[in-house]
Amino acid sequence: MRRFESYGDGIPRVNLDELSGWLVVVEGTDGVGRTTHVTRLRTHLERMGYAVAETGLSRSDLASRGIRRAKEGNILGTNAYNLFYATDLADRLERQILPALRAGFVMLTDRYIYSLIARAIVRGAEPDWIKQVYSFAIRPDAVFYLRIGVHDLVPRVLANGGAFDYWESGMDMSLGADIYESFINYQTQVIQQLDGLAREYEFETIDATGSVDEIAADLAQRVTRVLGAGSSVDSPMVIE
Amino acid sequence: MNGPTIHPPAGRLFVVEGVDGSGKSTQMTLLAQWLRGEGYPVVFSEWNSSTIVKSTTSRGKRRRILTPLTFSLIHATDFADRMDREIIPLLKAGAIVLADRYVYTAYARDVVRGVPPRWVRSLYRFAVQPTQAFYFRVSLGTALRRILSSRPKLKYYEAGLDVNPHTDSEESYRMFQGRLLEEYDAIVQEFGLTVMDASQPVEVQQRILRRAIGAHLNGIRKVAHAPV
Repeated sequence: MRRFESYGDGIPRVNLDELSGWLVVVEGTDGVGRTTHVTRLRTHLERMGYAVAETGLSRSDLASRGIRRAKEGNILGTNAYNLFYATDLADRLERQILPALRAGFVMLTDRYIYSLIARAIVRGAEPDWIKQVYSFAIRPDAVFYLRIGVHDLVPRVLANGGAFDYWESGMDMSLGADIYESFINYQTQVIQQLDGLAREYEFETIDATGSVDEIAADLAQRVTRVLGAGSSVDSPMVIE
Repeated sequence: MNGPTIHPPAGRLFVVEGVDGSGKSTQMTLLAQWLRGEGYPVVFSEWNSSTIVKSTTSRGKRRRILTPLTFSLIHATDFADRMDREIIPLLKAGAIVLADRYVYTAYARDVVRGVPPRWVRSLYRFAVQPTQAFYFRVSLGTALRRILSSRPKLKYYEAGLDVNPHTDSEESYRMFQGRLLEEYDAIVQEFGLTVMDASQPVEVQQRILRRAIGAHLNGIRKVAHAPV
């Protein structure tokens, strides 16, 4: 049985039949609480006896420095940013995600191609083009989409000290008279794109306005089901 | 390709393509001298030269961590930066842009490395269609003689050692260049590149090139070059 497949023509010189493990993605817009939930999921899975690895945007060995440097000066064009992020994701796919899957780990991914596609479209990329660019990616076992509306997102930024981030407010696109207006306009568009991708790529959507504990419990239950469904691993061993 | 259309006043984009040792860069230099002498505004754009992206490409090459996939993507990133911040504005301004290698280099190299042809073509969809692209066709023997006689130290990716492990660098280079020539022949058909016989004397090729390019220069506004 073939566990993993790519969205497109595959990854050059990689045999996807060698992969076991699980690829689990947590998606959602900036500030929705993804990182908290990835950490809680990891603890949950490790308690159940699974080996867990984590990755997230711009954490590649190859491209993270280059992306950071380019962003400091806001100097690249949009197509170049889009392809730079795709390079980062490809490097992590081949050198973090695939090795973890070969070793049978649960790979928890704090955002995947979907946020990158959403952001690219908001910045003017043709949807067909950017989806084709990312078609080398492998289809995850599950995508948990932490969904929030922009007006529930604002209090979270304020609770964290009220510092609206330049990029998370889309300030590179001059979308409003000030950073707050720009944040609202930009995040509204990003969320709209993610909602569209949620239907297209069959995310499991989770209402992220609830309490952290409720959401964590919901996620734990869902991930257990995903692992059970594709599992060749026995139930956790009981030590007497 | 399905790139943006440049509206007038618009420049021209000419491309020279071919494997190492095909003589394309020599031809381009001679062409630029002639065009400048005639008073045309000429600008070069070289493959793999975006200052911002280059440090990442170099890091990947130095540490040998580039795979066929990331090799392809980082070169597309470099190209995108040059396209949007150099080539398009210059064309809008009315310059003659001379590109030493263009998207066809990626189509040839990346496919030889195992990247799906359809995917790499889609990566470069934002590229502007050149006014005319010239492919300098040379035999494998001639190309190898020109390169291997002058430069014995072959670099890892240049020699295709990433996809031909267990061979020595010269043997790998020969195999890689041979495969590139095959890919280029297919690309010439697909994209209608103008084939130049690169085994002819330099001045003969240059005469043909000037005649071809001269036919596209109507309406280009000349400039007063600063004395060199």
